[in-house]
This record gives sequence, structure tokens and C-alpha cells, in this order.
Amino acid sequence: MEQIPKYLLRTVMAMLLCFSLSSNIAVAGDGPDEVVIESLATESNCAVCHHHTLGTEIEDENCIRCHAESGATDEISCQECHSSKRFEAEYLNKINEDNTLYHRDRLGLKAAFHTRCMNCHEEMGVPNGCQDCHARTDAGDKFFHSGNYAPPESDKPVSGGH
Amino acid sequence: MKAMNRRKFLQGSLLGGAAASVIGKSKNADASATFGGYPEAMGVLVDLTRCVGCRSCEAACNKEQGLPDPAQPFDDLSVLDHERRTSEGAYTIVNRYEIPGQDHPLFRKVQCNHCNEPACLTSCFVKAYTKTPEGAVIYDPTVCVGCRTCMVACPFYVPAYSYSSVLNPVIKKCIFCYDTRLKFGRPPACVEACPREVLTFGKRQELIKIGHGRIRRNPDLYEDHIYGENEVGGTSWMYLSSAPFDQVGFDTHLGTEPILSYVKEFLTIVPMVLTIWPALFAGFHLLATRKEAQKNIEKSEK
Repeated sequence: MEQIPKYLLRTVMAMLLCFSLSSNIAVAGDGPDEVVIESLATESNCAVCHHHTLGTEIEDENCIRCHAESGATDEISCQECHSSKRFEAEYLNKINEDNTLYHRDRLGLKAAFHTRCMNCHEEMGVPNGCQDCHARTDAGDKFFHSGNYAPPESDKPVSGGH
Repeated sequence: MKAMNRRKFLQGSLLGGAAASVIGKSKNADASATFGGYPEAMGVLVDLTRCVGCRSCEAACNKEQGLPDPAQPFDDLSVLDHERRTSEGAYTIVNRYEIPGQDHPLFRKVQCNHCNEPACLTSCFVKAYTKTPEGAVIYDPTVCVGCRTCMVACPFYVPAYSYSSVLNPVIKKCIFCYDTRLKFGRPPACVEACPREVLTFGKRQELIKIGHGRIRRNPDLYEDHIYGENEVGGTSWMYLSSAPFDQVGFDTHLGTEPILSYVKEFLTIVPMVLTIWPALFAGFHLLATRKEAQKNIEKSEK
């Protein structure tokens, strides 16, 4: 365990809840995400470090070119810009049809959360692994073939197939 | 008279054959322009700078494709200590690379790159492979005879072979989740699983623009190159990296010509040889035995 970089290990493990979450989203719409959005918007820690939609001063020179005077938006919602359906045909077609669109490379909602949270956690030197934020569930164990679903111990190297 | 007619006939057919071969050649010269891929093909842009090596994509692939249980759990990161290749049980794998002068290692996801002009496809003599307009390189295992030529042909060493199967060993590789997802306009399982959008799914043409956009906005971060934009004629899966590509396991000497181009000239001659040579050598034979034949005719006339 010790030789494995800790931040990696944690990151890997925490992915679990994500998966159970994303499968929920696929079935039940955006329910779970909205909850997270609301809680983020009211939590000053994360709200402050977020970008111009919250009225935070813009530092990126490229963003300033258009958004210097933008200020805070009336409605603060991550999903407004970061789609939870980033790779669905509807979203992709919308981008493809609009040649004038500047923001064609926006992160989806899940990635926006993860990159924001994790990058900041890393900078602050606080726990940053998957399971530091997401408690491992049974579904997660199943998905990662871990815990109760772990393969039996074996000395054999992974089959190459070549 | 009979002999004369036959000779004329042979001469005519030889001339015709030569003409046909010349015409055939010029036609093939036109066809040798590269195909460049289906315009509507989808692809995935893999951004190495975002990957933390969590192996979620591997787990998602295993589940989606119904692959056998892994030898070690997908959250066991000790597998990253050794460089791995795709196999019959793992259509995608993540490798870790320590980069001199960088604090963090880089992680590279490996899977079939779904070439615009796949070498596996052109090397397969039973036509098991298909490049679909959606961009996926899929294959029909029911016609695979197990010759493994595609494994030799692939410049990325991707196709694996199910050596573990005694009765029906076949080729195994990533199919871009074609049957279950891509066909219906949905991203492959690994893309959906990735928590940090290391994998960006979209039209290949759009992804090239997105990739160059990221390089333009962060010139200090990225290498000024999209691996797969032009390599071996272009691939549907492409890569961005913050380290030189040869330091993260990429073959940077593949060139931009599709693998097919190296054998196309030769292969066009094959049907020509099969059609013309019989007539040609039959002609030589008849010419060589002409005197004898004439003697026989003269004899019979006498």
C-alpha cells in the first residue's frame, strides 16, 4: 500500500459513487445533480473560488476580453453552462450546428465538479482521493471488482493475449 | 488459315491485355489518394493532462463488454507499476509514465484507435473487419479464421487473440462500444465513466478543432501536436499530451501514410498477374511450338 501514491489510490477508489450516481442520472433525470448544485451554491468555500458567474474577479486574460464587466449572473447554476448530457447527440448537434459558438469545449457537469474540486483540493493539500469524498458502496465494489467482489488472490501475471 | 487466325487472335488478346493493364493502372493511381475517413465519423480526444489514472474506464469497459473478471481489482493501482498492453480480457488499459522534470506522472489510456484507414481491415483476407461511417472499426468474429495477420498489421499493437479459448479462438479488441452505444449516437462506456473528462467524445472533425483550441489557449501546457490527427492517415481516437509523445509510450515514427499505402501498389498488380499471365504464357507456348504445328499441318496437307 505504501508504495502506491496515496492521491492516486484515493482518486481511484472514489470514482465509485460517481458511477452509481451517473446510472441514477440516466434513469431519473437530473435529480441528484440539482441537490449538489444547490449545496455548492450556498457553501461559501466553493462558491468563492468559482468563476465569474458568481461575481468573482476574473483573472484569466483571455476571459477578461469578453467578461470584464460581466459580473455575477442572475441565476447561479453550474448546469446552466456545464451540461449533464455533454456527450448526448442533442448537445453535440447543437455545437456542430453553431459555427459562431466560442465556448464549444465546455466541460460536462460531472467533469466540471471533479476538476474544480480535485484541483483545488490538491492546491490546498487536503484529501483528494475518490473515497475521501465518495463513500464506497456495494455497487461500487461490484463495478471495480473490489471488496466482496474482488478476484481471488493469484500470483499469475495478467494474461497478455498476444 | 486456321493457324493465322489463331495467331491474330492471340496477338489481339495480348494487346488488349496490355491496354487493360495500362488503363487499370491509371485508375488505381487515382484511387491511391488517401480516403481521409468518413466526414461524419465520431471520435474521442484523450487529454493526458487531465488523467489521474483511476482506471474507471477499464472497469466500465469490462462491464459494458461483458469481459471476464480481472486478475486484480480495478481499484488496485499496483498494476500501473508495469507497462501493459490490451488483451483478450481488457480492451482498454491505462499505463503510467514518469516524466523527467514534472511533479506528476502522466497516464495514457490505450485502446483501439479506430484508424480512418485501418491496417487490420486491409490485411484481413476474410473481410472480418468493417470501418463504419460512425467511425468504429468493428469485426465479425464468426468469419475470423484466426490467422492473426491483423495483429501483425496494426501499428498500435491493439488486436489481441483469445488464446485461452480451445475450440474457437478469435481476435478480440475495442469496438468503440458500437453495438450497444455508438450505433445509437451514444458515447462509449469509458467516456461516460471518466470523472474528469479526460475523454472528449464528438465528431472527429470537431475534436480536431477542440484539440487545437486547447493547445492555442495553453501553449505552455500542451505539446503542439494532436497524436492521431494525421498519424497513419488519421485515427478516430486522438491524444493531447503535456510531454513529448515518445515519452508517454507513443510511436512517433509511424508517418502520416495509411499502412495500406505501403502495399497498395503491389496489391493492384496481383489481379493483373492472375488474368494476364495465363494468356501471356499460353501465347509464348504457342509461339514456341508454332513451327511444329505448321509442320504437322503441312504434313497432313500432303
